[in-house]
Amino acid sequence: MGGVFSSLFSRLWGTKETRILILGLDGAGKTTILYRLQVGEVVTTIPTIGFNVETVTYKNLKFQVWDLGGQTSIRPYWRCYYSNTDAIIYVVDSCDRERIAISKSELVSMLEEEELKDAILLVFANKQDMEGAMSPSEVSTALGLSALKSRTWAIFKTSALKGDGLEEAMDWLTNTLTGGTGTGSS
Amino acid sequence: MNVIRGYKKDDEEGGKSGPFQNLEKSTVLQEARAFNDNVLNNKKCTLILTKILYLMNQGVTLTPAEATQTFFAITKLWQSKDITLRRLVYVSVKEMAKIANDVIIVTSSLTKDMTGKEDQYRGSAIRALCVITDNTMVQAIERYMKQAIVDRNPSVSSAALVSALHIFQRGAVEIVKRWVNEAQEASTSDHLMVQYHAIGLLYHIRKHDRLAVTKMVTKLSRSGLRSPFGYCLLIRIACKVLEREERSSNNMLYDFLESCLRHKNDMVVYEAARAMVNLSNITARELQPAVSVLQMFLSSPKAVTRFAAVKTLNRIAMIHPDVVTSCNIDLENLISDTNRSIATLAITTLLKTGNEASVDRLMKQITSFMSEISDEFKTVVVEAIRSVCIKFPRKHHILMTFLANMLREEGGFDYKKAIVNTIIAIIEENSEIKDVGLSHLCEFIEDCEHIELATRILHLLGREGPRTQKPYKYIRFIYNRVLLEAATVRAAAVTSLAKFGASCEDLLESILVLLERCLLDNDDEVRDRALLYMEVLKQKQKSLSSAFILNPISVSVVGLERALLAYCSQPNDDPFDIKTVPIETTPYNETPKSIGEVTTGGSVIKSAPVASKHDIFVEQLSAIPQFSKLGPLFKSSDSPVELTESETEYVVRCVKHTYLNHLVFQFDVTNTLNDQLLENVRVEMEETEGFSIISYIPIASLPYGQPKTAYTLVGIEDNTIVSGTFLNTLKFIVKDCDPNTGEPDDDQGYDDEYVLENVDILLSDHMQRIVKPNFAASWEEIGEENQTEGTYALSSMKDISDAVKQITGFLGMQSCERSDQVDHNRTSHTLLLAGVFRGGHEVLVRARLAQTGQVTMKMTVRSKDLNTCELVAAAIN
Repeated sequence: MGGVFSSLFSRLWGTKETRILILGLDGAGKTTILYRLQVGEVVTTIPTIGFNVETVTYKNLKFQVWDLGGQTSIRPYWRCYYSNTDAIIYVVDSCDRERIAISKSELVSMLEEEELKDAILLVFANKQDMEGAMSPSEVSTALGLSALKSRTWAIFKTSALKGDGLEEAMDWLTNTLTGGTGTGSS
Repeated sequence: MNVIRGYKKDDEEGGKSGPFQNLEKSTVLQEARAFNDNVLNNKKCTLILTKILYLMNQGVTLTPAEATQTFFAITKLWQSKDITLRRLVYVSVKEMAKIANDVIIVTSSLTKDMTGKEDQYRGSAIRALCVITDNTMVQAIERYMKQAIVDRNPSVSSAALVSALHIFQRGAVEIVKRWVNEAQEASTSDHLMVQYHAIGLLYHIRKHDRLAVTKMVTKLSRSGLRSPFGYCLLIRIACKVLEREERSSNNMLYDFLESCLRHKNDMVVYEAARAMVNLSNITARELQPAVSVLQMFLSSPKAVTRFAAVKTLNRIAMIHPDVVTSCNIDLENLISDTNRSIATLAITTLLKTGNEASVDRLMKQITSFMSEISDEFKTVVVEAIRSVCIKFPRKHHILMTFLANMLREEGGFDYKKAIVNTIIAIIEENSEIKDVGLSHLCEFIEDCEHIELATRILHLLGREGPRTQKPYKYIRFIYNRVLLEAATVRAAAVTSLAKFGASCEDLLESILVLLERCLLDNDDEVRDRALLYMEVLKQKQKSLSSAFILNPISVSVVGLERALLAYCSQPNDDPFDIKTVPIETTPYNETPKSIGEVTTGGSVIKSAPVASKHDIFVEQLSAIPQFSKLGPLFKSSDSPVELTESETEYVVRCVKHTYLNHLVFQFDVTNTLNDQLLENVRVEMEETEGFSIISYIPIASLPYGQPKTAYTLVGIEDNTIVSGTFLNTLKFIVKDCDPNTGEPDDDQGYDDEYVLENVDILLSDHMQRIVKPNFAASWEEIGEENQTEGTYALSSMKDISDAVKQITGFLGMQSCERSDQVDHNRTSHTLLLAGVFRGGHEVLVRARLAQTGQVTMKMTVRSKDLNTCELVAAAIN
């Protein structure tokens, strides 16, 4: 009872933090994106063994962002952090054509999880600043996004190093969370 | 455990009830789900986390599954910025790391916290990180650890240094060794704690390198540390080095200790003084400076300083009482100290250092406040009295009266036991006071709640009472026990009575009447004993009395149980042979314990171990099929013999086991070369007259550093030969291997051998010590049928006590009736020895020694077996 009341209460006053997971294979740029969003700068990172959690404020909205490590050994632990998630940012290294298939299978098995059935999906086709990067539509096809039914999702082309595309993505996310629903891509 | 007990006790009393009383594990773990909430309530989470930690510290165990689930819930708390909560999270992570799986998941978060801006997080994060990082992963955090060690914040630096030490002790030695430069830098820190921790780490990194340690101590002591803790640590390190080598070869360290006596900090001065006192082989003169500073401390305004000083002086007084005499005036002042612990120690020190005249006065003073001090310190007083008894035999009466008074006062078991031990020791030392002491003990058992002490005293009365002038006066005290006490005590009293009956003819009739009354006792054991003793005594035969009452069988109880089990397990028409049971091994002390060497508090009598070394050997050897047919193990040699120098490639130790007709040589072999794997390792022995090699049991594979055991089985061919020398060679196949993995480089090895020291077989290897409490009775029991007698000139022995020691050791027999104690003023002495020869033949030896220029001995040997008699007699030649 109390739980229902308080969550209703907080939603009314807009204090509830939106919970976002940043997932993806190792080296995709998840940690760089997290700190780019939080402090607006590029920080030097090392492979994440475990997770980073930060509070990100974007246009007066507070996001609680969890960046989980992408190494093979860490991926099994993702599921420990699925509950109460509002949105997933799935980061793909657009230059890594070799492992895009692995990336797809991780994404598919993740989306099958019951706890994530209402979560919004944002796919970041990252590292667009590099030469030979796949285009968003190529990435979308490779991940099989068009097959997704009954899920709010979108794909963005981003460069965490340059900061390109992040703002559009966050705008779309805030709009989707606060207002209307709908499927589509940018 | 203590905590749990305390908790339960509270519970029983139904007293306190706090938020943490009666917590249920399942409920608390249920509550921990709140950690997964989207919006955290910091206060609530803090409380739940505290509950979990409380439970774990109460000894409640979580299953790995529960712990893992809770651990992952705890990781969610990282989203909170509450400092208290986060610090609790660190503590929980450390606790959970022992049980939960996959704890490395918090590595990134902890690394971030330890390098972050919030100083309150950093030290704790380092500690938690080092706990969750296993040795193979340490390399990943190496960079951060190095930075943290030299961090400007002292709490961070200290945390990193201490964690590094933990990692080092966990075995990641090589990695931590690489941090030595950083630790070196930290050791010059201005912060006292950082400096102390840095020295600790540096020492552990270098502790196996004596030269480096010495260098470190001298270098650091010259540069002048700021931290007194650091100084204390250096002093302890210096002591360890000094203990290991000859002091003369390391004067530098000794000078350092002495210089610390002039330090401005009291703690350092005390530590240095105490260290010097504890050095072995320190002379009285060298102690002088230490005693001087302790003397100064005696007049310190701080009670703790006075206590420390007087306690240490008390210790010195045991070894070098003369040095402490100079402090007597200061010690006198402390007798009236308001702190009774200090006063007690002062008086007991004075008792050791003072002269005979002061004993009466000191005893009077201590009596005035005996009732005010705790049992522990009363025990200290008892120990002191014990040593005074040695020094001033004429003061026995006053001390005995004092002890008797103490015995009447209230007190715990350990305290009472110390008093009883002391009285017994005094009785044994001085026969003049035996009567008085025994009467005090009799009075004590009239009202004694401790069964152990009562039975011990009854045993003593049975042994000593009959030899006093008026044995009859003890009977009443003993018989009262039969009427009033528990079954254990009643049984002991019956045995004691029977001993009077066996030893004193004029009491026999009365004893028989008393024993008859015991036949109606409601305890089986008491009735059985009474009946047996009565029937034996009625026969009026000395040999029977000796065998059943005065000198009961001395077999190992564990061994008897095992032998009876074995006997019952297989159908057998032969009667059970008591000779197959291993004899109870009596602990053998090189130097008979004189009551002069008083232990500092604690008990004097060592309690017998439950499973003796003998039983362990029996267990190990009977597991080997080749040895199962050899019969019971008769004897194992006391301490292993080294067959190699201590620092050679291979270390071999030998233990000799004796069976009825066989010898088993046990070789414990250690391979100290990390680049070699040895296979088929055996010790080949050359046959010697009277012995034949039957078989070898080799070690199949002997990797580096793991001791393993090879055996050689030898048959005894000739029962008239008991001694011989074996030449030994260690033979094996060597395979070179990788020092890190231990995997051999290739399958082909080569044969090699290594010559070992010889092993001697002596008479004592065939002889087991037994105690005959009443030697004369046993002597008569065996009779002179096979007696052999001989006179010997013992030219190689310098005096009688030397001869006693050597003969006892050579024959491997037990000295009885305290005949190992030699009165230095006399020129003749009788040594009484008892033993059991291989095969179960009892042997008794009576050696009359006389000194006229050189020591001569007339030795009489008695045994029921003629061959045994001759072997023992021949062995002396």
